[in-house]
Amino acid sequence: MSDPGNLSDSSAKRITRVEELAYELTIAEVMTRNPITLDINTSMREALDLIGKNKISGAPVTSNGKLIGILSTEDLIRSLRDGRIDRKVTVYMTQNLITIHEYDQVVEALKVFSKTKVGRLPVVDANNKLVGILTKGDISNGLLNALQRDLEAEELIRYRASHLFEDIVSDRTSLILRYAIKKDDFLHGGAASNRIKKALLRLGASKQIARKCGIAVYEAEMNLIIHTNHGGFLRVEVEQNKIVMEAYDDGPGIPDIEKAMTPGFSTASHEVRNMGFGAGMGLVNINNCVDEMIIKSSKEVGTNVYMIINLDKAATQD
Amino acid sequence: MKIDEIVVLVEGKLLTHGANNNLEVAGAFAGDLMSDVLATIKPEAILLTGLNNPQVIRTALIADIRLVILARGKIPSEEMIELANNEGMPLISSPLGLFELSARLAKNNIVSFEQGFKLSRYE
Repeated sequence: MSDPGNLSDSSAKRITRVEELAYELTIAEVMTRNPITLDINTSMREALDLIGKNKISGAPVTSNGKLIGILSTEDLIRSLRDGRIDRKVTVYMTQNLITIHEYDQVVEALKVFSKTKVGRLPVVDANNKLVGILTKGDISNGLLNALQRDLEAEELIRYRASHLFEDIVSDRTSLILRYAIKKDDFLHGGAASNRIKKALLRLGASKQIARKCGIAVYEAEMNLIIHTNHGGFLRVEVEQNKIVMEAYDDGPGIPDIEKAMTPGFSTASHEVRNMGFGAGMGLVNINNCVDEMIIKSSKEVGTNVYMIINLDKAATQD
Repeated sequence: MKIDEIVVLVEGKLLTHGANNNLEVAGAFAGDLMSDVLATIKPEAILLTGLNNPQVIRTALIADIRLVILARGKIPSEEMIELANNEGMPLISSPLGLFELSARLAKNNIVSFEQGFKLSRYE
């Protein structure tokens, strides 16, 4: 991990979710609580039994609840090598203690682990009382659990949204999404359509349906940006068995709808074509993606494009 | 092919981060007009394009494209790279032209992900 005190703008963009979590999570959330502790009167032999039985790699040593040292597997090995396994743990324990506070961020512990050789950190509360123990393994588990919770939260949102139509009972339930599209706003062109596509996926639409709706509504959105006097609106109504998308504006209207439906026919300017639009495929693409397309257009009122995808029919087709 | 193999093959540079390098891409499509792309590209394709604006990313998202390669050394704007990063769309800039890009990918068993355009409704 790079030094967090020294983030440049470009590397700041590269922060991953795991790194974010290292700042969000506190030690208390990932540490092992109520760790097995050794009393000062414990012998190395008893410590060896306890550590072996509990499959841990070390333990804090306390005196009347107060933390006074930490015993590691290396200390046990030293006592075995010396043949002095009946001595007290206080002879072999490390007294030079590095501790960490329970409400510190996980990143603080990562810094200590990378700077020192310690394998575990005793965790203390505000009164310096031992409340837990922290190993690198605890951090990995804590981060993995947090990532899992993220995933479950997204799944829950998706689940709730996809059951909207079952959970809410009425004679006819629908969800309406509306987006205002500005004339000539090429910078945001397609942003509304991408939001619509994401919303449909959350509502439980299949990838194919979301893609078809996305393509249709994207073409309609670009038409509003390119061809209208003052921009217009996208309106998407989602029902249990169909999706009705509508793009409407207040002019100038399409003079010849049949011509506009001809593949390759375009009235877009040279500038618009240089931006990759005006291929003369917009309405044609829409028509290929939806089950029904209705265009109403007049000079006086403007243009309405209705695009309907029937979900029951699509479900059996795909 | 995997993304890092493609970067080497097209002599390009990956401009986005966090790309899943284990992602396998099997097919590609080349085009500069976004409506043409939407009309005929199959899902999960590589998009080769000379067009360099944020609509390329939005089109890629709508059409379930896996990877975008900008041809002829086009360098996208900061906004476009940010959009690609936020939406998780890998973006490569390559000095090669569309024909050379297509030829190299084809030689490496990347197939065409262009599907026939349905003209029947208009004939």
